[in-house]
Amino acid sequence: MPNSLRPPVWRRLPVLLVSLALVAAACGSDDGDEPAGSAEGSGADEAGSLTVYSGRSEELVGPLLERFETDTGIGIEVRYGDTAEMAGQIIEEGDNSPADVFYGQDAGALGALSSEGLLAPLDAEVIGVVEEQFRSVDDLWVGTSGRLRALAYNTEAVSEEEIPASILDLTDPAWEGRLGWAPTNGSFQAFVTALRVLVGEDGARAWLEGIEANGVTVYENNVAIVEAVAAGEIDAGFVNHYYRFQLEADGSDMSDVENHYFTDGDPGALVNVAGVGIVEGTDEQASAERLVEYLLEPEAQEYFATETFEIPLVDGVEAAAALPDLTVLEQPDLDLAQLEDLEGTLALLTDVGVL
Amino acid sequence: MTLIEGVGGGDLAVPAPPASVATRRPATAATGAVVAAAVAVSVGSLVPAGYLVVRGSEAGLARMLEVASEGRTLALLVRSGLLALAVTAASVAISVPVAWLTARTDLPWRRAWVVLTALPLAIPTYVGGYAFVAALGPRGIAQGWLEPLGVERLPSIYGFPGAFLALTLFSYPYVLLTVRAALRRLDPSLEEASRSLGRGRLATFVHVTLPQLRPAIVAGSLLVALYALHDFGAVSLLRFDSFTRVIYTQYRGSLDRSAAAVLGLVLMAVTLALVTAELRTRGSSAYHRLHGGGARSAPPVGLGRWRWPAAAACGLLVAAALLVPLGVIAYWLVRGTTSADPLRLTLDLVGNSLQASALGAVVSLAAAWPVAVLSVRRPGLLASVVERATYVGYALPGIVVALSLVFFGARVAPAIYQTRTLLVFAYVVLFLPQAVGALRASLLQVPPSLEEASRLLGVHPFGTARRVVLPLVRPGALAGLALVFLTCMKELPATLLLAPTGYQTLATQVWGATSEAFFSRAAAPALALVALSAIPMVLLTRGEERQPPRRRPDGR
Repeated sequence: MPNSLRPPVWRRLPVLLVSLALVAAACGSDDGDEPAGSAEGSGADEAGSLTVYSGRSEELVGPLLERFETDTGIGIEVRYGDTAEMAGQIIEEGDNSPADVFYGQDAGALGALSSEGLLAPLDAEVIGVVEEQFRSVDDLWVGTSGRLRALAYNTEAVSEEEIPASILDLTDPAWEGRLGWAPTNGSFQAFVTALRVLVGEDGARAWLEGIEANGVTVYENNVAIVEAVAAGEIDAGFVNHYYRFQLEADGSDMSDVENHYFTDGDPGALVNVAGVGIVEGTDEQASAERLVEYLLEPEAQEYFATETFEIPLVDGVEAAAALPDLTVLEQPDLDLAQLEDLEGTLALLTDVGVL
Repeated sequence: MTLIEGVGGGDLAVPAPPASVATRRPATAATGAVVAAAVAVSVGSLVPAGYLVVRGSEAGLARMLEVASEGRTLALLVRSGLLALAVTAASVAISVPVAWLTARTDLPWRRAWVVLTALPLAIPTYVGGYAFVAALGPRGIAQGWLEPLGVERLPSIYGFPGAFLALTLFSYPYVLLTVRAALRRLDPSLEEASRSLGRGRLATFVHVTLPQLRPAIVAGSLLVALYALHDFGAVSLLRFDSFTRVIYTQYRGSLDRSAAAVLGLVLMAVTLALVTAELRTRGSSAYHRLHGGGARSAPPVGLGRWRWPAAAACGLLVAAALLVPLGVIAYWLVRGTTSADPLRLTLDLVGNSLQASALGAVVSLAAAWPVAVLSVRRPGLLASVVERATYVGYALPGIVVALSLVFFGARVAPAIYQTRTLLVFAYVVLFLPQAVGALRASLLQVPPSLEEASRLLGVHPFGTARRVVLPLVRPGALAGLALVFLTCMKELPATLLLAPTGYQTLATQVWGATSEAFFSRAAAPALALVALSAIPMVLLTRGEERQPPRRRPDGR
């Protein structure tokens, strides 16, 4: 009686799950670059292998980091995640962080780590190839590639001439109902911080309120903005320059989307960086230094120019043809270390009701 | 033997009683072990709460109170609460009729609907959210179809409507599954008595059936409400400022951990209030019975001319909750294959996902066992404290739980930090209530007298648990396993921060690709994620289907 009451699948499910776990454990341990030893062993990293916390996704930098492994013979283990979350993780780990290197998507997170005293000084000579503006004043981190702020616009709805010379003039009522932004996005917040430095607290507030008064549409991130511009949902949006190109490479129809770059020291011409720092207390100092150096070598810079559509920061490597040259852009007069006061920016955004 | 069949049967071959045992009060011997285990589980569940207190108090008490009592915090609380309430109400409104249609009627293709209506649970909101925007955005795919009719743009789905729609469609199955399981186990004789006494079909449903379904509705609703409170994918992509979204923004923007921690504590307080409310509604009703009345299932109700409209309604639901997201993923996939992008789907990813999720499910069930037993068999102060504690991790945003375990792991337990062990522990902290709830519902229907009989007959408490209770609660245990498994498959923040370095899963792969706009590269892993999560769901619903086979009073 009892057995006939239990259909076979019911008995199989737990057995199935457990055996699944076991089988997966068996195959999981013998392939991939993740040795079972380190998975089950201590959280601290193994000798001879460099642990990188990357806030840049594998899609963007995975191939480059693999190339580093082959070129240098240094074993590397990468943890991919969100830039701010990874930085938060290193802060929570404190002295016990297994991370040797932090590779982040914006200067703000690097700044936060350095002000927590969690980054070790870099070799000034190595990072000297990058302009001062794109590295920390105390040599704690260095930018590896540049990312421009841009106004992505739909060419069907906006003509290039229509776009004002300064990003500040987009508060004009002519732009009512046509714009989109992503206030939770790190790059956007960095831009607002720059705005506060350049035009003052009141100026930044007036701009935010003006754009808000124009009925700006709020998006979750840059990708959503560029897609909305492509779909004609909005006419233009504040983004980083490369998303248009990434979406195009992914197969989206971007024929109607163009980036406008502000120039002449306008706040809209801000250049942010992705950058790298060595985590204080690393036991892989030499390998970590080698990685920092590698990311600044021409091959890596070439990779950024051609694969991630970013701006190389080292002389002698050209940006992709579709992108403006940094020298032409004339960035606003500030250095990235001035962008550390994110808290003030968040407070302002919250106060204006944008966040 | 009718006594046993009445509750579902099982292996009850017991040895003859040694005379001495008969004088002892049964079950008490096991209580010590159960209590100790339950307390241990609840202590583990409270790790995130401890972390929040540590981080929150860094800001100082004054600042804590200030953040907690700010008008904005209050407004957020109201907004999030309304969203959770609306999502829960809609989930119940969808689930009760669908459960009845798929369990009790001659609905066309009923068996297919049983499986299909449960499957939306397999779709992660961070994929479903993108899909909804792509399909139903102001200039989305649907607008494209309507363009010839002169529709220039659809009304905006962003904000409350979109978040409400996405959360409801991807979480209603929590209610559906519990209600449907309860409906199948109901004793039809009560309803028949009501009908024979002259009540109509509707009146019988409202006055006889519905009250019996109440515990199932409430338990499912609690899961949905807490899901709506902690989910990040839907509210962020559809841009509704919920508590969880603001907490994420705090972490991401400023790394301001203390303000975020205070918000987390407020959210935790709300959760505990909700859980307490649920505990209150339980009352003292007994839902088990010993006589043989439930030995048969109710004969299907003929829907008559409503058969096809009812099937159409189910179809509409499945189209919105399942076909829209799957269609959008398929579109990404096709777009990707034409641009000759390689499919980012490796055996490694599949293996890691399955392994971590299966371990998470099995360990969660083991941890849920003492909690459920304590709550059902020894209700009281201790039981309610323990049960509430297990809900802490479930209601907090994933990032909070993940960072708390980073803090705990790196500083207190470096030996297991960033190992599978800690990852599985995180899954247990996050999803334990799903296992406890499912197990509890089944346990409620097991008459304590059966255990007592077993004990009286001299079987050791563990033997009783294994040979009497486990077979009887098997459906609940399996449902718990399936639910936790599928939720672990979708889990993101804890997996990103706590998995061994380099340990990638389908979920992290999907996230990595979508966050950089590489949708076509996300398509294959997303599809695999949904398909693999669906497997236990299909087994579960099909097993459920076969569960109440017409058992005959003669014991077969």
